[in-house]
Amino acid sequence: MSVPESVMNENSEQGGFLARHSVYDWIFAVLLLAGSVVAWRKYTYLMDGYEVGILFGTAVSLVGLGWFWKPVRTLMLAVAALSLFAVWLYGNDLALAESNFFLKFLISSQSAIMWMSALFFMATAAYFIHLFSRNEFVGKVATAMVWSATTLCFVGLMVRWRESYLIHIDVGHIPVSNLYEVFILFAIITALIYLYYEARYRTRTMGAFALLVISAAVGFLLWYHFAKDASGIQPLVPALQSYWMKIHVPANFVGYGAFGLAAMLGLAYLIKDSAVRRNPEGLLARRLPELDMLDDVMHKAIALGFAFFTIATVLGAMWAAEAWGGYWSWDPKETWALIVWLNYAAWLHMRLTKGWRGRPLAWWAVIGLFVTTFAFLGVNMFLSGLHSYGEL
Amino acid sequence: MDNRDPRRLIRHNRHSSSHDRPTVTQSPHKKHPQHLSLLEFLGSMNLAITILVVLAIASIIGTVLQQNQPYTDYIIKFGPFWHEVFKALDLYDVYGSLWFLGLLGFLLLSTSVCIYRNAPVMWRDMRVFRMKVTPKSLRLMHNVHELETDQPSETVRQKAEQFLTRQGFRFKSRQDGELTILSAMKGGWNRMGYIFTHTGIVVICIGGLMDGNLIFTIKEWRDQIRLETRNIPVSEVPAISRLKPDESFSFRGSVSIPEGERANVVFLNVRDGYLVQELPFAIELKDFRIEHYPSGQPKSFESDLVIHDDQLDKPLEKTIAVNHPLIYRGYAIYQASFADGGSKLEFRLWPFYERQDETTDLEMTVNSSVELDTPAGPMTLELDSFKEFNVFPASEPEQKGKQFVNYGPSVVFRLRDASGQAREYQNYMSPILQDGRYVFVTGVRESSAEPFRFLSIPADRDMSLKRFMAFHRLIQDTDRVRQIAVMSTRAAMSTANLQDEKLQANVVNSMMRLLKLFNEGGYVALDDFIRQSVPEEKQMNVGQAYMKILQNLLRDLYMQLLIDEGVDLSQGVSDQDAAFYDDAVNNLAGIGAYGAPFYLQLTDYELREATGLQITRSPGKDLVYLGSFLLIVGIFMMFYIAHQRLWILIWPGNEGKTAVLFSGAGDRNRRDFTERFVLLADKLAGLLQKNRSGTGD
Ligand code: HEM
Repeated sequence: MSVPESVMNENSEQGGFLARHSVYDWIFAVLLLAGSVVAWRKYTYLMDGYEVGILFGTAVSLVGLGWFWKPVRTLMLAVAALSLFAVWLYGNDLALAESNFFLKFLISSQSAIMWMSALFFMATAAYFIHLFSRNEFVGKVATAMVWSATTLCFVGLMVRWRESYLIHIDVGHIPVSNLYEVFILFAIITALIYLYYEARYRTRTMGAFALLVISAAVGFLLWYHFAKDASGIQPLVPALQSYWMKIHVPANFVGYGAFGLAAMLGLAYLIKDSAVRRNPEGLLARRLPELDMLDDVMHKAIALGFAFFTIATVLGAMWAAEAWGGYWSWDPKETWALIVWLNYAAWLHMRLTKGWRGRPLAWWAVIGLFVTTFAFLGVNMFLSGLHSYGEL
Repeated sequence: MDNRDPRRLIRHNRHSSSHDRPTVTQSPHKKHPQHLSLLEFLGSMNLAITILVVLAIASIIGTVLQQNQPYTDYIIKFGPFWHEVFKALDLYDVYGSLWFLGLLGFLLLSTSVCIYRNAPVMWRDMRVFRMKVTPKSLRLMHNVHELETDQPSETVRQKAEQFLTRQGFRFKSRQDGELTILSAMKGGWNRMGYIFTHTGIVVICIGGLMDGNLIFTIKEWRDQIRLETRNIPVSEVPAISRLKPDESFSFRGSVSIPEGERANVVFLNVRDGYLVQELPFAIELKDFRIEHYPSGQPKSFESDLVIHDDQLDKPLEKTIAVNHPLIYRGYAIYQASFADGGSKLEFRLWPFYERQDETTDLEMTVNSSVELDTPAGPMTLELDSFKEFNVFPASEPEQKGKQFVNYGPSVVFRLRDASGQAREYQNYMSPILQDGRYVFVTGVRESSAEPFRFLSIPADRDMSLKRFMAFHRLIQDTDRVRQIAVMSTRAAMSTANLQDEKLQANVVNSMMRLLKLFNEGGYVALDDFIRQSVPEEKQMNVGQAYMKILQNLLRDLYMQLLIDEGVDLSQGVSDQDAAFYDDAVNNLAGIGAYGAPFYLQLTDYELREATGLQITRSPGKDLVYLGSFLLIVGIFMMFYIAHQRLWILIWPGNEGKTAVLFSGAGDRNRRDFTERFVLLADKLAGLLQKNRSGTGD
C-alpha cells in the first residue's frame, strides 16, 4: 500500500462534482453507505436515535475522509473485509478464537493486536535505517509496514467489538472504554496522522521520530497486557453506557495523537538544530529532516490536535452534564484536559501573534507531551476522581 | 524574517509586539492616549498568555491537593501551621475561591478587550479588497509571476476574471489609466474565525460564572448566608443556612432518599459545611434498582421517582438512570449514587460463652446500633452495611460451568467494648461452598486498613450452626468434659492393664488444663504454654504428647456429641462427620482470637435502598454550549480556511503584447501558499498563452 501522488492534487480543478471523483471514489462511497444501512437495519434494536445519527454521521465523514485522502479508501475496505471475515468465522462461538486457524493466528482481536505491535516495532527500525541510509526501498517497506499495522490495528478493534457481543449481549460495547483499548486507538490515530504528512510532504525522514511515540505506546500496551493482564473485555460501568463515549473518546485521541506527533517532531527539530550548530556537515545534520518542514508540520499537528481536543473537551462537558449532573465539576481529568488545552492555546498564540518559530516552540511541544501524558495517564495513576475507570 | 513579508503591506497586526515581524501600527484610538494604555494592557497578548499560564498552574494545584475534604484530614496531613496558610489562600476550594473566579473574570475582560480592539481590523480585512497596488509594490512580494502574451488586453482581462471566479475568488477591478487592476480574495471567513473563537471564550466564561459559586461566595462574604457544619436534622437548620426555592440562581446539590420517602431539599456541600437548598416540589422514591452483570459488576442504577408539585394535576412519575436524568422546571435530577436506606435485618446470636446455650434473636436496621450486655461486659453493636449480592469468580469443582458464583447477602458490623475499642466483622448469611464443604464464613479485623481474617464454621447436615455450637458448648462444659475425660482415661488405662488413681487424676487434670488453654487461645495458647513451662530440648516431644492428649479428648467429646445427637455409629463415623470434626476443631481453635462473645447469624432481611440524587440548576449551561459551538466553529475557520489574496495587473506591453503581473499573499502558512501559488500561476499562464507556446516571466 504505497501512497499515490494524487494526494497532492487538491481540488483546484474546478470541474463538476461528479467529474472530480473517480469510479473508485464512488464505489467506495456506495459500499460504505450501504454497509452503514445494513448495520442500521440489522442492529436497530440495539441503537437509540443518537447512535443511528452517529452511525450515519461517521459514514459520511469517512466518505469525506476517503475522498480527501485517497489511500484511506483502500485502508477502510481492507479493514472492512478482514473484520467481516473474522466476524463470519466466529459465528456465535467465541471459543473459535482458540481453534480456528485464521482467528488464532491472524485476526482474532488479540492476534491482530500482536501483529500490529510487531509491525510497528519493525517499522520503527526500518524508518531509522531509511533515515540514515536514505535507502528508498527500506523506506517503502517501512511505510508499507505502518499501513499494515494500522490495518490490523483497526481490524483488532473491530473484531474486539464483535467479541464483546459474543461474550454477552449486555457486555457488548465499542472498544474505546478503557486504558488498554484507547492505547490501541492512540497508536492508530498517531500513525494515520503521520502517514498523511508523510505523503503530503513526500518524505519518510520524519517516520523514525513519529514511530518512536507509537512504539512507546505499543510497549506500554504490551506491558499492560502481560504484566497487568489488562486485555480482557470488561462490561461497562453504568456511567460509560452512553452514545457520548463513541464520539468523545475518538475525538480526544485525535488530539492526543496529534500532540504526540508534534512532540516527536519537536524532538527531531531540537536534535537537528543542535547538530547543525555543532557541525553543519555532520551525519545528523545532513540526515535529519529539514528544519522548516519540521516546524511547519509541528504547527499543523498542534493545530489539528487543538481543534479536536477542543471538540473532545466540549463533548466531554456535555456528557458530564448528562451523567454526573454538571458540565464542569473540576474533576482531575477534566481539569487536566483544561490545562492541556490552555497550554496549546498559549503555544498557538506565541506562534501566531508573537511570531515565535523554531527552537522555543519545539521545546514547548516536547514539554507539552509531558503535560498531555499526565492528563492521559498520570491522572489515572495518581489522582482520584470521577474518571476512575482505566486504573493502572 | 523576510522583510518582503506581504503581511507588512496588507495587515495591521496591532497587538503584535514581535521584533522579528515588524508591522504597521495604526491605532484607531489615538485620540485617547490614557484610555488606550489601559486597554492596551488589558488586551495585550502578554497579559493573555500570563493569564492562561496562571490559570493552568492554579488548576494544577486544585488537582494535586484534594479539594473539599474535612479540615481535620488536612490538619493531620499538613500540620496546623500549613493548614492555616492553605486555608487562608483558599487552596482547599481553589475553583470556588474568589481569586480563581477573579482570574476567570480577568480572562473574560482581557479577551473582550482583545475582541474590541481586533474585531474591526478583522472585519475590514475580510471585506476590503486591496486596490492600491502598483506593479512596483507587488514586485516586492514573495510570490510574483510575470508574463507577456499576444492576446489583447480585453481578452486577457476576461480570461483572468474567469480564472479567478473558477478558483473561487471574489474580486474587484479598477482602471488606472492603461493599467487594469484585479484584486481578488478568498477565505475571508478565516478572519471571522478569530471573532467566533474569542467571542466563544467570552460567552463560555459568562455562562460558567453564572453557574459557579460566585453568588454564594459574595453572599457569604456579606454574611447573608452562613455555612452549617453541624450534623443535625434538616428541620433544625437555621434560616441563615437555608436557601429559598427561587433564591439561588444556580446550584448543585445532592440528597439521599430512602425507598418510600420523599425529600424537598438538597444539600449544597461547601468546604467543611453545607447549605440547605429548598425545592419548590418534593421528590418521592418509589423504588431503587441495581442490575448486575453475570460477573456481579453493576450494570445499571435506576430510581423510580414521583414528583409532587402543586403545579401538577397529578404527580409526575419518571424513572431515571445514570446517563438518563430528568429535567423538571429547570431543575435537573440525576442518578448519582446509592446507599442503604435502612434495611431491616434479623439476627440470631449464638453465644460463645460457657453454659449459655440459649440463642437470642435480634432485629436491627442498617446504620443503627444497640447496647448488648454480654459476659464480656457491655458492648455496642453497630450495624454498618448490608450487601445483598457477593459475586466472586467460581473456584470450586462443584461450580463447574459457571464463571461466577453469588455468595449471597453479607453484613458488616462493629463491636465496640466499654473502652471504645472496636473490631469489625463481616458475616455471610448462607453457608458457602469451600473445598467441597459448606461453611459459615465470618471475617474479623482490628481496623479497616487490615484484611479480614476468616473463620469458616462448618455447617451441619441441616445447613445450620447447631452442631458446631453444641460442640463448642460441650468443650466448655467442664463437668461433662471431666466426666468424659475420666471415662476415657480409665478405659485407656484398663486396656494397658494399669490401675493408678493418682496417675489417672493427673492425666485428667492435664487434659482439663490443655482444653482450657485451647478454649482460650487455640493452638497458639498451647504453644505459648509449652514454651514457658518446658525446657527447650523437651518442647518438641512434650508438644507432640500434649497434642495427642488434646486430640484424643476432643475426639471423645465429639463422639459423645454424636451420641447425644442420636447418630447411628454402628458403622463407625461417616466421612462427612469426620470431615466436620476436622473443620470444627480448626475453627474452635480460632474462636479465642475471634474476639466476639457470640456469632451473629443473619437469618432474614428486608432490603430497603436509598437513592443518591444530584440536583442542579444551571441556567448558564446554554450559554456555555453556545460559546463552545462558536469556539469550535471559529477554530476550524481559523485553521482550515486560508485567507488568500491575488492580484492580476494587466497593461499594454512592448510590441503590441499584453503584460501581466500575477501575485498573491497567503495569510497564515507561507509554505503552503507558495505551493498553491505556483500551481495557480501555471494554470493562469496556460490559460493566457493557449495559442502560443513559450512562457512568460
Ligand atoms: C482562553 C483564551 C483564548 C483562546 C482559547 C484563544 C484561542 C485562539 C486560537 C485557537 C487562535 C488561533 C491560533 C492559530 O490560528 O494558530 C487564536 C488567535 C488569536 N488570539 Fe486568541 N485565544 C484566547 C484568548 C486570547 C486573548 C485574551 C487575546 C488578546 C490578547 C487573543 C488574541 C488572539 C489573536 C490576536 C489571535 C490571532 C488572530 C489572527 O491573526 O488570525 N486571544 N486564539
